[in-house]
Amino acid sequence: MHEMSIAQSIAEICEQNAGGRRVLAVVLEIGELSNILPESLEFCFDACSRETLLDGARLEIVRVPGRGRCASCAGEFPLKALYDPCPTCGGYGVEIVAGEEMTVKELEVE
Amino acid sequence: MCTTCGCGPEQQHDHDHDHEHGHDHEHGHVRGQGHHHGHGHHSHTHAHHSPDENTRKISIETDILAKNNRLAAANRALFRDQGIFVLNLVSSPGSGKTAILEKTLKDLGGRYRFAVVEGDQQTDNDAVRIAATGAPVKQVNTGAGCHLDAHMVLHAVETFDLGQLDILLIENVGNLVCPASFDLGEHHKVVVLSVTEGEDKPLKYPSMFHNSDVMLLNKVDLLPHLDFDPEKCKAYARQVNPGIRIFEVSSRTGAGMEGWYQWLTAGLAR
Repeated sequence: MHEMSIAQSIAEICEQNAGGRRVLAVVLEIGELSNILPESLEFCFDACSRETLLDGARLEIVRVPGRGRCASCAGEFPLKALYDPCPTCGGYGVEIVAGEEMTVKELEVE
Repeated sequence: MCTTCGCGPEQQHDHDHDHEHGHDHEHGHVRGQGHHHGHGHHSHTHAHHSPDENTRKISIETDILAKNNRLAAANRALFRDQGIFVLNLVSSPGSGKTAILEKTLKDLGGRYRFAVVEGDQQTDNDAVRIAATGAPVKQVNTGAGCHLDAHMVLHAVETFDLGQLDILLIENVGNLVCPASFDLGEHHKVVVLSVTEGEDKPLKYPSMFHNSDVMLLNKVDLLPHLDFDPEKCKAYARQVNPGIRIFEVSSRTGAGMEGWYQWLTAGLAR
């Protein structure tokens, strides 16, 4: 349930950047390997945005698929889970190159 | 107001310190050092009008964990300046983290100067157990929170005389998911897994095992009574993290603890 503290950080970043205007939408980039459940994040964001500039703001979550790079053969491939082996050489030493993103990309304000 | 994290007295954590200070306190680390912003996402704002002229879009590109990462970097700089080796112990509840700490403090307490931060949602039961070993301890209760963050640690360590410490052990909230995402400024995460849990835990909770440098496989004295296959468990852990160091230990009998102590001693010397 760390979605609540993530939602609170998102609300804080939005408040700092909204310049006192009402926020209509928030665009987030959330990697598929980031341990964030979008439904849970939406629920927590609704809860912690009440009676703030963010009240009623739409949350748009852009998912970033996981990508890994093999430490043995340097090949890049889609990564569904951290324990996936390299499809080319079967190695397990996989560096994550994408999929861990947790970023506030954009705000739409009044 | 706190100069490192900007928190005001109303957000303040319990200040039951045994030394006095006002609220405009310094944290004693070299400011301006080590303030990185997570994945290099510096906040840069620019606004442009959207097709609907009544609204504007503001591009901000800010890492959601940037604040935690900034405070973790401040902690790391503080620990480096004070020459303290810092470990973040993570596991599911009941794996034996506190028992491992008690045994470690009992066996190495005469050789090194330890302090412990205990993270739990409620109670100071673990802090009472640690205090009985004679080591300085600070309990952090997270309430509804499922993990420690860098801000909590920043304030928890204010209670210690850092110049008098060699090793700081942070026992995180028992949870194999959330603590994986929050850097505290530690040198290493140490994941504890007990043989009374499933051997496939590393695959079920891969982030934690991926982000940890050491795994302590605890309660091995119970193996004769269980179907747990330690070799399979270690293979799963290495599948998620090929470089992970694994020590099979029993905090109850002391079996295997010597390897862990040697690793601790070597880490301290670096």
